[in-house]
Amino acid sequence: MTARPPLWRDLRVIRAAAQVAALVAVGLLLYVLWFNLTNNLRRLGITTGFDFLDLPSGVNVADNPISPGAPLRRTLLVGIKNTFALVVVGIPLLTVIGVLVGVARLSTNWLVAKAAAIYVETLRNIPPLLVIFFVFFAVILQLPPPRTPLVFGGLVVSNLRITVPWVETGPGADLYGWALVGGLLVAGGVAWWRTRVYERTGRPHHRVLWAISILGVVAVAGWFLLDGPIRPSLPVVDGQRVSGGFSGLGAYYAMLSALVLYTASHVAEIVRGSILAVPKGQTEAALALALSPFQRLRHVILPQAMRIAIPPIISQYLNYTKNTSLGIAVGYAEITLIVFQAIGNGRPAPQSILLLMGAYLVFSLTISALVNYLNRRLRYVTN
Amino acid sequence: MAELTETRSIPVAVRLRPVEWARRHLFGTWYDAALTVVFGGLFVYGAVWLIGFLIRSDFEILRVNLALFMVGAYPRAELWRPAAATVIVAALIGYVAGSASAAAQARAEEAGLPFHRARPKEVVARFWPVLAFIGVVLLLTSTPTPWLVVVSALIAGVVGYLAGRGQPAPVRRFAWVWSVGLVVVAYLVLTGSGIGWDRWGGFHLNLFLTVAGIGLAFPFGLILALGRRSSLPAVRAVSITYIEFIRGVPLITLLLMGIFALGFFLPQQLRPGDVTRVLVAIVLFEAAYVAEVVRGGLQAVPRGQVEAAQALGLSPWKTTRLIVLPQALRATIPAMVGQFISLFKDTTLVVVVGLIDILGASQAANSQPEFLAQGLHEVTLPFVGLAFWVGSYTMSREARRLEKRLGVGER
Repeated sequence: MTARPPLWRDLRVIRAAAQVAALVAVGLLLYVLWFNLTNNLRRLGITTGFDFLDLPSGVNVADNPISPGAPLRRTLLVGIKNTFALVVVGIPLLTVIGVLVGVARLSTNWLVAKAAAIYVETLRNIPPLLVIFFVFFAVILQLPPPRTPLVFGGLVVSNLRITVPWVETGPGADLYGWALVGGLLVAGGVAWWRTRVYERTGRPHHRVLWAISILGVVAVAGWFLLDGPIRPSLPVVDGQRVSGGFSGLGAYYAMLSALVLYTASHVAEIVRGSILAVPKGQTEAALALALSPFQRLRHVILPQAMRIAIPPIISQYLNYTKNTSLGIAVGYAEITLIVFQAIGNGRPAPQSILLLMGAYLVFSLTISALVNYLNRRLRYVTN
Repeated sequence: MAELTETRSIPVAVRLRPVEWARRHLFGTWYDAALTVVFGGLFVYGAVWLIGFLIRSDFEILRVNLALFMVGAYPRAELWRPAAATVIVAALIGYVAGSASAAAQARAEEAGLPFHRARPKEVVARFWPVLAFIGVVLLLTSTPTPWLVVVSALIAGVVGYLAGRGQPAPVRRFAWVWSVGLVVVAYLVLTGSGIGWDRWGGFHLNLFLTVAGIGLAFPFGLILALGRRSSLPAVRAVSITYIEFIRGVPLITLLLMGIFALGFFLPQQLRPGDVTRVLVAIVLFEAAYVAEVVRGGLQAVPRGQVEAAQALGLSPWKTTRLIVLPQALRATIPAMVGQFISLFKDTTLVVVVGLIDILGASQAANSQPEFLAQGLHEVTLPFVGLAFWVGSYTMSREARRLEKRLGVGER
């Protein structure tokens, strides 16, 4: 039985005391902030709760019918929708551009590699806000006014809005959508089944061919059966108005193109680094097997590179999403701009901004959880 | 076995003749040739367009507003202050470079290794973008003052370098004291006659926010990183919560918090100016990112180092201060430069809350009556872009060089 050390040298006591001290310090700091906040709000007669969400927002959202008299919570939802409109279109675009440029930078063709290098090294080293400003002020605002729009290649372009060819939906569109979803599921199932057959028997699987054929058959047959539920719709100028097509504000296209180009340059760097991180022996082994350059990339290099690249690319998606908050600088009505304008209309700033942070936080933490999961899944299993 | 060694030859880098080179790098296959034609066309078009742009554009807006772009609304009668500060900072950079070079040489000699002293040609090759930017600025000046500033700064830099090289070793040991002294002097010159940083603007503001932001965030980040790796669950939980919260929100939300809501969290008497508010937001933001960078460095320290320190009977505090941190911080330098670049670019966001940094200056210049609505953004924004590109590109290249020199990731 050893004698216990004196209290002030007992490791357990020290550890407990240190933690209590840290918590007390943090708690004290939070208390002071809270005390000041409630004091100041009361002194200035500002509401302390979140009731202001039910009051009229006073915010006019461009390109959306919601009125300034609608409660703030509904206007905020419109803002979130506009943020997502940038995210869902931008992420696939920037992935494709980023991967292409990243691979191009390693091309054996000197001109292609140089072009990719110039693109990456230029875009990566300037602030995203500057790119947005350039696209918005130096390109889009210099276009002709809406009264005399530019028409070329199916696009109707003015400095206020840009209309692109899109589709118009007929009566059977909903049903057709579900049919496509069903077709996609069946195609996925068949692809899985072909993979299983291949793994068991070694016969060629042709899973991509199978899946595309099934989806194609469903798409074509459905289109004829439902008598053309969706049809292409080209924008047409008649007098002062543009009809048909999909019309978006210039600010939306400025945000989209600037952020996509900017983020794609970062993705390209990640892709390049990941390809270089694949051991040289893999390329040499593929050469020894007489694989063509495309087969080498498709079956040997990219699958291994993507394993390394996916977590940092997802964190670029996260950066892209956070950068959509720059819409505030060119008047694109995403959630940050709406909160900004609500504060300008006298809504309490601390609560509004906390809410805004919360919205971004929910999104970020969801994605981080996904990244952690992928990190675990993608780790090499070494026995 | 013998045959193998006989046939083995050392691969030699062959210098190809131009025709050979073109055939291998431009026209390898038919699709290579097609790509070459397409991209060659693009290059020619781009070059022609760029030359046309430079000829056709009128740079009057930059000439008239050069001071606005560089120092914002800094009182024009006091412009000698930023000028003098520039010269002092040039001397500081020269001095630090000279001291570092002398110290590296001393270490190399002590270890009996060869020492390669950078030749002026190599320095120019490394920093050509910065020199090019200075050249562009000088081309846009209409007064002799900027020339005077650049020449004095160059002289100050060279003098500082020679002083750093030539100082005796005992003096060199206090190099950081002299460096901090120079920074303080530059700060005092800039803030003299009551021009506090809340009245700063232009590119000067971007540089200030970057340096001050990282500098002030560093201690907090260090504490957070150590907290995140602590064995005390409560400390760890607090650190992780803070870091993940901040990293999950955009910088703009913190800037809005700083401008609109910081006052609510402070006692009634405290009314900080706008630049101070923005700086507080930036420091809170950067602390979380610096913490993650430092955490990366801490993870790079092999466990055996800590165990060896414990075996020697060092206390946890001494283990951290003498064994872990020196190795960890060395490993973080490249990532830290990356963070520095990222903040440098992010300082433009202050435009959103109404400060006039260099990007804000571009907007302001375009709303002056004589330049209004003439589409001159296409002149001012590339100039602003050049300022950022020069800084970021040079720093990222230097970071890559350092990474190689430090052998990070190779051990």
